[in-house]
Amino acid sequence: MILPLRLEAVAFAAGGREIIPPLSLEVGAGASTIILGANGAGKSVLMRLMHGLLAPTAGRVAWQDADPKRVRRQQAMVFQRPVMLRRSAFANVVYALEAAGVRAGERRARALDALREVGLLGLAERPARVLSGGEQQRLALARAWALHPEVLFLDEPTASLDPSATREIEAVIRAFDASGTKIVMATHNLGQARRLGDEVLYLHQGRLVERAPVERFFKEPSSAEAAAFIKGELPWV
Amino acid sequence: MQGIANSVLEGLRLVATLDLRLWEIVALSLEVSLSAVAAATLLGLPLGAAIAVGRMPGRRAVIVALNALMGLPPVVVGLAVYLLLSRAGPLGEFGLLFTPPGMVIAQTVLILPIVAALCRQSVEDAWREYEEQLRSLGVQGLRAALTLVWDIRFSLVTAVLAGLGRACAEVGAVIIVGGNIDGVTRVMTTTIALETSKGDLPLALGLGTVLIAIVFALNATAEVIRGAAQRRYG
Amino acid sequence: MGLKRFAFALLMLLTFDLGAQERFITVSSTTSTEQSGLFKYLLPLFTAKTGIQVRVVAVGTGQALDIGRRGDADVVFVHAKPLEEKFLAEGQGVKRFDVMYNDFVLIGPKSDPAKVGGTKDIVAAFQNVKAAQAPFVSRGDKSGTHFAELELWKAAGIDIAKDKGSWYRDTGQGMGPALNSAAAMNAYILSDRGTWLSFKNRADLVISVEGDRRLFNQYGVMLVNPEKHPNVKKEMGQAFVDWVISPEGQKAIAGYKINGEQLFFPNAR
Repeated sequence: MILPLRLEAVAFAAGGREIIPPLSLEVGAGASTIILGANGAGKSVLMRLMHGLLAPTAGRVAWQDADPKRVRRQQAMVFQRPVMLRRSAFANVVYALEAAGVRAGERRARALDALREVGLLGLAERPARVLSGGEQQRLALARAWALHPEVLFLDEPTASLDPSATREIEAVIRAFDASGTKIVMATHNLGQARRLGDEVLYLHQGRLVERAPVERFFKEPSSAEAAAFIKGELPWV
Repeated sequence: MQGIANSVLEGLRLVATLDLRLWEIVALSLEVSLSAVAAATLLGLPLGAAIAVGRMPGRRAVIVALNALMGLPPVVVGLAVYLLLSRAGPLGEFGLLFTPPGMVIAQTVLILPIVAALCRQSVEDAWREYEEQLRSLGVQGLRAALTLVWDIRFSLVTAVLAGLGRACAEVGAVIIVGGNIDGVTRVMTTTIALETSKGDLPLALGLGTVLIAIVFALNATAEVIRGAAQRRYG
Repeated sequence: MGLKRFAFALLMLLTFDLGAQERFITVSSTTSTEQSGLFKYLLPLFTAKTGIQVRVVAVGTGQALDIGRRGDADVVFVHAKPLEEKFLAEGQGVKRFDVMYNDFVLIGPKSDPAKVGGTKDIVAAFQNVKAAQAPFVSRGDKSGTHFAELELWKAAGIDIAKDKGSWYRDTGQGMGPALNSAAAMNAYILSDRGTWLSFKNRADLVISVEGDRRLFNQYGVMLVNPEKHPNVKKEMGQAFVDWVISPEGQKAIAGYKINGEQLFFPNAR
């Protein structure tokens, strides 16, 4: 188990600007965590700090497990725009399994299983890059599914997709959740947050301003910034 | 203009009536240059890619040096390799001077920076797109470099062709290291130089035309293969 | 050590199956000798008799001797006696043999600004060229031909390094390219007869002066010293030297003709 994840006074500055002032928080197993905030609030930076793609300029990102390899392999991330290799959809999933150290004999079965789970089995041999945006994002989820990670990070996964593709992606995310994977997702789609999340972390200018179960957050936000955001009145940062 | 055109036609006629010797020369030219391109590609692509994704101290200095080496004068490379391979030099015991393998070595040294530098630029551009996803999957360093090289292989064809063009075109390195020995180390470019120096300009022009035609054919073939493969694999 | 040998054999195998098995010697000689076509005619005769392939590296005289000094050739075959004797004195060669001579000719423009056409005195001709400040192309590349030219200036009492004007064009080129330059500039130039006979790009140039004994160009052959350079193929190299000065080799040399004209005159003793 690599959860819970503890951020201890984690800060991030770049280009002379402090994007995330020192932030401490604990993320545990179970509840799906939604990170909400306006554009520029620091959602993406926070996710990347948690996932290890960015190193904090202060503080510590600490998982329960000390082994860096296990920590890496128990996480997966899906980005707003999926990045696929110039290979078939199937080969892209196999690549991820290979990188994660899965034995050669197991890779094929796990890859096919993952493609089936997201409904892409019929497109398995298609070059990944000719798939539609929605299909590629489902493929990114299949790639993550095959790894059976403990934690799945998603950075605005449906921001570039149309409503029907969005629905398909949300169905897969629900399947992840049902199978026990911890979901940490950044979004600015309030409806999506309500549909998929159990708790909300609300960021305002890099600060964690509110943390609450999803229904209470939307019905009775305790901070002025959150209330304004929900009302849709928050100006772009 | 008329004079040049006439000379070219005269040269082509001479070339067409020429004996087996010419085709031996063409075959040797292709063997040497293609071998050098193969070696430079095998060494240069991983090298360029590793520099692209790497984060070592002095990285920018390495990039500047690599780019600068693209402009290595062939005669300077020829001289350096000559001194290395000469019996009086450090690698003399192998007797590679005045042999085709020696010429391959010289041309590989010449075009390795070209292939590596162009690859470095292409991979660096691709790394910007792939970096987060690959690192998320736990892929970095040499493994990431090789993944990128394979993924952008179609655009790397240009880097390889740049190396091929340079190898086929140069005289300085192969003439010093090969010795332009009749029947042994004489290639198209050195033959052209020889015929020009003998004042036999029509023949030199004819050979030059054949050389350009061959290089064009190689490039056209590469483009056809690249286009077909790209359509298949996206 | 074993690894190096293996790598080398692999390289040879992968690239070319050349030379490793063949019996051959490397002879360093000059561009003018090769361009005269002598080797194309002569060497097959030697190979037919002995089965030894002769690989000629043709460069300038200075470089040909240097190749011998580095042990990169088995035999040296050039035409610059003072330099050859220096080579011997350094212990780089075993013994020097006269082989043959050809001659130089003074090539010049048909218009003959120095008024030397048809004369027999080369030294006087050089003096006239300088007096008329007629354009003159020099090879300037430390070749045998270049040295011959410098000797003639000296014999004419002219310190060419000091007294040269813009009429004297020092090009640093081989015989063919230098003739090309002379044709383009319509200048005088000292050339070996062989290269001139094969030269096709003559423009307005003709032979101005020939026949003076001082224009004779002596060739010598030497085996590179195997004591200094153990890799020298001394039996095969010696076989070549022996053949070239033998009656058979000498007759073959005399048999080489361009347009019915003999180019080289054997004079081995």
